[in-house]
Amino acid sequence: MSTTTLDLPAADAHRAPAAGGALRRLAARPAALISAGVLALLVVAALAAPLLTALEGQDPHTYHDSLVDSARGGVPIGSFGGVSADHWLGVEPGTGRDLFARLLYGARISLLVAVGATAVQVAIGVAVGLAAGLGNRFVDSLLSRVTDVMVSLPMLVLGIALTAVVHPDFPRPLLLILIIGALGWGGTARIVRAQTLSLKRLDFVAAARLGGNGPWRVARRELLPSLAAPVITYAAILLPVNIVVEASLSFVGVGVKPPTPSWGQMLSNAQTWFRADPMYVLLPAGLLFVTVLAFTVLGDAVRTALDPREASRLRIGTRKERRKTSS
Amino acid sequence: MTTPLVEVENLVVEFPGGGSGGGGGGRGARAVDGLSFTLPQGRALGLVGESGSGKSTVAGALLGLHRGTGALTSGSVRVGGTDVAEASPAALRELRGGVAAMVFQDPLSSLDPYYAIGDQIAEVYRVHTRASRRAARARAVEVLERVGIPDAPRRSRSRPHEFSGGMRQRALIAMALACEPRLLIADEPTTALDVTVQAQILDLLHGLREETGMGLLLVTHDVGVAAESVDEVLVMKEGREVERGPVGEVLTAPRQPYTRALLAAVPRITAVPSPAPAPVPAPVPVPVPGARESSGPGDALLEVSGLRREFGRGKGRVVALDGVDLTVHAGTTLGVVGESGSGKTTLGRVLVRLLDPTAGQVRYDGTEIGGLSEKALRPYRRELQMVFQDPVASLNPRRSVGESIADPLRAAGVRDEELIRRRVQESLERVGLDPDRYAAYPHEFSGGQRQRVGIARALIAEPRLIVCDEPVSALDVTTQAQVTGLLRELQRELGLALVFIAHDLAVVRQISDRVAVMRHGRIVEQGPVDEVYGAPRDPYTRELLAAVPALDPALARARRSARGELAAA
Amino acid sequence: MTRFVVKRLGGAVFVLLVLSALVYGLFYLAPSDPARLACGERCSPAQIAQVREQLGLDESVLTQYAQFLQGVFTGRDYSTGVSTLRCDAPCLGFSYQSDQQVTELILDRLPATASLALGAMVIWLTVGVGTGALSALRRGGLTERALTVATLAATGTPVFILGLLMLMVVCAYLQWLPFPTYVPLGEDPEQWAWNMLLPWLTLGFFESAKYARLTRASTLETLAEDHIRTFRAYGVGERAIVGRHALRGAVPPVIALSALDLGTMFGGAVLTESLFGIPGLGKTLIDGVRVIDLPVVVGVVLVIGAAVVLANVVADLLYAAADRRVVLS
Repeated sequence: MSTTTLDLPAADAHRAPAAGGALRRLAARPAALISAGVLALLVVAALAAPLLTALEGQDPHTYHDSLVDSARGGVPIGSFGGVSADHWLGVEPGTGRDLFARLLYGARISLLVAVGATAVQVAIGVAVGLAAGLGNRFVDSLLSRVTDVMVSLPMLVLGIALTAVVHPDFPRPLLLILIIGALGWGGTARIVRAQTLSLKRLDFVAAARLGGNGPWRVARRELLPSLAAPVITYAAILLPVNIVVEASLSFVGVGVKPPTPSWGQMLSNAQTWFRADPMYVLLPAGLLFVTVLAFTVLGDAVRTALDPREASRLRIGTRKERRKTSS
Repeated sequence: MTTPLVEVENLVVEFPGGGSGGGGGGRGARAVDGLSFTLPQGRALGLVGESGSGKSTVAGALLGLHRGTGALTSGSVRVGGTDVAEASPAALRELRGGVAAMVFQDPLSSLDPYYAIGDQIAEVYRVHTRASRRAARARAVEVLERVGIPDAPRRSRSRPHEFSGGMRQRALIAMALACEPRLLIADEPTTALDVTVQAQILDLLHGLREETGMGLLLVTHDVGVAAESVDEVLVMKEGREVERGPVGEVLTAPRQPYTRALLAAVPRITAVPSPAPAPVPAPVPVPVPGARESSGPGDALLEVSGLRREFGRGKGRVVALDGVDLTVHAGTTLGVVGESGSGKTTLGRVLVRLLDPTAGQVRYDGTEIGGLSEKALRPYRRELQMVFQDPVASLNPRRSVGESIADPLRAAGVRDEELIRRRVQESLERVGLDPDRYAAYPHEFSGGQRQRVGIARALIAEPRLIVCDEPVSALDVTTQAQVTGLLRELQRELGLALVFIAHDLAVVRQISDRVAVMRHGRIVEQGPVDEVYGAPRDPYTRELLAAVPALDPALARARRSARGELAAA
Repeated sequence: MTRFVVKRLGGAVFVLLVLSALVYGLFYLAPSDPARLACGERCSPAQIAQVREQLGLDESVLTQYAQFLQGVFTGRDYSTGVSTLRCDAPCLGFSYQSDQQVTELILDRLPATASLALGAMVIWLTVGVGTGALSALRRGGLTERALTVATLAATGTPVFILGLLMLMVVCAYLQWLPFPTYVPLGEDPEQWAWNMLLPWLTLGFFESAKYARLTRASTLETLAEDHIRTFRAYGVGERAIVGRHALRGAVPPVIALSALDLGTMFGGAVLTESLFGIPGLGKTLIDGVRVIDLPVVVGVVLVIGAAVVLANVVADLLYAAADRRVVLS
């Protein structure tokens, strides 16, 4: 019962991480810095895609029949997939479209869908998690059940199935954002609910009620600010996952529609070309790999920086979450 | 004379840069700073100190537990003739458990949750003896029997979570006994336990020592625990020795000012130092919003009757409060004591209506508030305040303490920033804090200071009743004395009614006018504090009082034999 | 215990009902006209109307859903005007494309999916858990750093990239293996194994990264707990501490996650199947989506949903059994 509690500064999970401290911890990790640099470069390149391709003098849609060897089934002429001064990264086999341009425009789709979907997931997740954490027993058990179902359903399978029923003219990137967003909010909701429940039990929340604050004021002033760190952390984990989901949907042919370029779709086409034109596999694969890896490393670093003690918990989750009651 | 069991010479342990080592909690500083002592074979030494004194770090150093953790140690530590710093890994393993065995503070987390207790003891035994599996299991059952685990052969197959706290600590002691060590190191062995269980464990340790003749190094923050158990004490502060000597001498005639201050701060259960303040304090007009008739001092301010509170439903239902009746009189203090699980915290939260009662009445100043909705409660909220146990969790870490204290004002619609600031600074000053620390954040304060902030926040609402739920149990004993002193003073000056909830019978005696003893959600005895402590009627109250460790070793011996008779009866 | 199982299975049935209603509603309310899809591109309006009636599409949505549920539990009859087609329980309708019963189609495809999933599990339980355990034991050393980097990189690699690279290196350049084509186990066990090897390795290695991280993190988390300190203080050696006490903490989550993953994969490892052309449930789903074969899509999604929900129940049970501290309620 009694404890010799030490006069240490609170080493509590809910301790306010000094924002400056978090940034400093982040900057102290070279891997995180490199990842941030790579991602910054990628984002700038994606935003400036029209400019950069204009600089190259190409666009992602023009066919160049003269650059592929129709006698060999359309393999690009020249070494490394037809690299030349005009086509910096070579051309696409079969069509001769410029690879540099297609990769850059593909990055736009990747980032747009991933960021958009993450935003939708976080918005729904926070709303549901808060409602479950603050609501009465009935609301909580209902929303928790729904969340359990959402978490366990295989996102890819449902995503693929859903693309089948939407009108073909519906804008694809938006559709992907909505589908991935609507199917992937379970994890965020779970974390927000768990955080809300544990915050709700803290004495400072009780003190705020005793101070005469109504329930909404308590939620807004005491709970929401403390939820920011875990939500940001989890969003950083979701981003690379969403990039992979988008690429996967495009890979199986239900992502963005041709001729809009996307990395997953290029990899899907590359399945028939990897013997004749390995560059066509390696370029999008490498780009996707580096992007996801950079996001993952950065996400890891953000998590450690915001909350060193939580470092290993969020991603694994299962152990703490599944422990129903430990007596 | 043979070589001493433990020889420590000029021991220094440093945790470099923010490293957190043993319980000492040196912030990247020296946890132990040039400590020397010897412990002869078969004797018992108590290391006594407040948090941060480095006492637990010393205990770890005896077994070389800091090796390989990045902590810097110098000086020499010899245990049973082995130089701990120089010993080979194999020799060190032999020492650990074989020569000196350690018992830790938290018995639940100190055992592997996945294995049966008997298997864990057997594993340790086999490390040191090369005994067969079967022989090791037999030894485990034997030591479990020795420490008083009933039905040991069967219980040895249980996992730790199937044991109660006291039983777990017995099991840990059994593990320590398994290899017949010459030294037992006990690091706060009873801190996590209720007072009655604590007495049992201390009696067990005492009996084991008499029987086996092993030496004991007892690390504790509780002077009373040391008085009960050791021959010599060493008082530590900031990693250094303050005073060392036979326990009777140090505790009855301390030479050093620090020891004197430490002992003075320990609340006594036997006598109240200064007579309690006049039964009715000078009435100070308390501004009461609204036109309700205000009750004067001495009148019943808060009355509960037939109070019941349940948690959960169906099979998992727990009755935390089971028919509680009590009255808090204006301007007086009601102490509520009980062990863990007695329902005292639930009672406190129902009293200020943070929790709804399942059944029963809560009458505040003549009005029934037990069933009021959150909205209807609003006018009463500010008059019923609370001070919480955990100084970390009770303040929002993202808000400056000034803003935390100002919160009740803002919630009440005060918009005048100038006024808010002035009022907050006044109340900071009132609780003995620097008013200029308005903008500081909770982590910049020590535990005692944070409790003061919590009190300031309760005060600014101008309450008539404050429920203090274990307000000092997380604090060191000297800080404890200061905070209880502050509460007493505030009560006198402001005419507040206090409900003081604690597990520590001595603290409750220091501050209360009346006291209620709780057990299993019921009040077993209540009355004026001197009556209950002086002539307890209920057997449970008697058991509680007998279990409280005495500061005087002679008295402690007397209590021990009294406990033995009580148990035999 | 029994109460827990009954309660969870009841919950699972409820979840599946909700899922079926959602999926059914979504797919049949979709803008594409099922009758037109079922009939084919060149149907006249009259033919379409006939098909609509045959399929019961002119009924209200609720009636249709009721009939669908009836089909699942008791089977149903479809009248084609001239004859009646009997579809036995559990009836999930007929494929628009092949006129095959969806239930039969799924049962046909299940062995391929199962062989992929089980083989991959063997790999992730050995390679993944082994890697994680090793890096926990060698923590602080070079081995751990190398393993951490490797698992981090593997976590970031989508499974189809891993598979493409494997195909490129193993089949195209080194030519150690022929390009895999699926051979059923019953037909030729040896060929089955050779052809599944690459898919197993791909999916197995991909999943291994996750398991390595999980094992390592759980082990390290346990190593930081107080009871480890107890055994250190009693002279228990480091290997016994990691092997006997710390790794034990990783067992419940690894088992539970394996059950979950296996359930998900029994519903089809979509990407791996698609890449290696394994005719499993995942590939069936993608093919169904391409041609908008709604009954197939609905059927596969429901079967996958059932697999996942069941796997959840099993995972909870296994976790509780492995942890022993968990009280099921």
